[in-house]
Amino acid sequence: MTTIRIVVTLKPGVLDAQGQAVQQGLRALGYESVSGVRVGKWIELAVPDEMTPDTIDAMCERFLANPLIEEWRVERDEDGGERARSRATPRAGEAGVGVLALPRSREVG
Amino acid sequence: MRFGVVIFPASNCDRDCVHVLHTVLGQEVEEIWHEERSLDGLDAVVLPGGFAYGDYLRAGAVAARAPVMTAVRAFAQVGGPVLGICNGFQILLEAGLLPGAMLRNAVLRFRCTTVHVRVESTQTPFTRTLREGQVLQMPIAHGEGNYFAPGSLLSTIEEAGQVVFRYCDADGRVTSDANPNGSVRNVAGVCNPAGNVVGLMPHPERASEEVLGSRDGRLLFESAITTVIARREAPKQSHLYEIATGLRPSQQGRSPRPFGARDD
Repeated sequence: MTTIRIVVTLKPGVLDAQGQAVQQGLRALGYESVSGVRVGKWIELAVPDEMTPDTIDAMCERFLANPLIEEWRVERDEDGGERARSRATPRAGEAGVGVLALPRSREVG
Repeated sequence: MRFGVVIFPASNCDRDCVHVLHTVLGQEVEEIWHEERSLDGLDAVVLPGGFAYGDYLRAGAVAARAPVMTAVRAFAQVGGPVLGICNGFQILLEAGLLPGAMLRNAVLRFRCTTVHVRVESTQTPFTRTLREGQVLQMPIAHGEGNYFAPGSLLSTIEEAGQVVFRYCDADGRVTSDANPNGSVRNVAGVCNPAGNVVGLMPHPERASEEVLGSRDGRLLFESAITTVIARREAPKQSHLYEIATGLRPSQQGRSPRPFGARDD
């Protein structure tokens, strides 16, 4: 089995009321320079090693995300390395699709 | 006539719907558990409000894949009237039985208040006996009622006459001040292309008795009752034919016009 992580976020341009509320909360705490807060969700799955990327995308499209308003990217561990597939629109300043990867929590401060 | 009220785990307006349909309006009502696979013998189905399956993942997302929804889809496909109220509307959107999606309220708050909506289409069983432009007063109570459809889909819905209700002020003016949640173009309710599946965020079942401040919501249920009975009686009584089919009696013999069909 392989553990994959699916990161679901609202599409750029779709109002993220939750992100706005979190941003207001941060500013209330004095972090007034923070902007562009977006909130998504993170879904971890254990899947058979042979499950194809198309099957994983189908699960996202049919259930885990709502393609009208959300996009997703799939990250998986392979031989200890980090690889990612993405349906997310690359944003300015970011690397291209396929190499996006979130830092894992233990690596963060 | 016989209504079905679907109950999912964490539905919480199902008893209100049963009360209005049975006690207030004197109709037969069957409670349908979410694991049911058949809706045989029902004339109309209501998906009530609540937080089905805890609204995990997205509002209505898990409920939309429940076994009963396969039966609801089949019921809708043959023209059966289906009404989704609040969470029921969210479930119909997630099930793909209605177009669009729900976002969190733009105001960043759960809205629990009384609103006005304007009837935009009378080509559905739930609005057939109402008047276009009629203003109804009903309560809302939701955190995710910000109706959204991407531009091209929105144009399609608007052009096809699938917007059934819009938030408005007491005089029927569709203004941004009258929009409680940020819904695109003040959309409060939509229907499928055929018109037999309708979803709306306001709660008609909480506005069906004078003691609750408004009886306007009752009109939706009464419209469905009239439509279903008219359809059943139509072959016998020509004055009911138009209500049932959208055709004038003189056009009898032509194929009944489906709900949602528009005049040329």
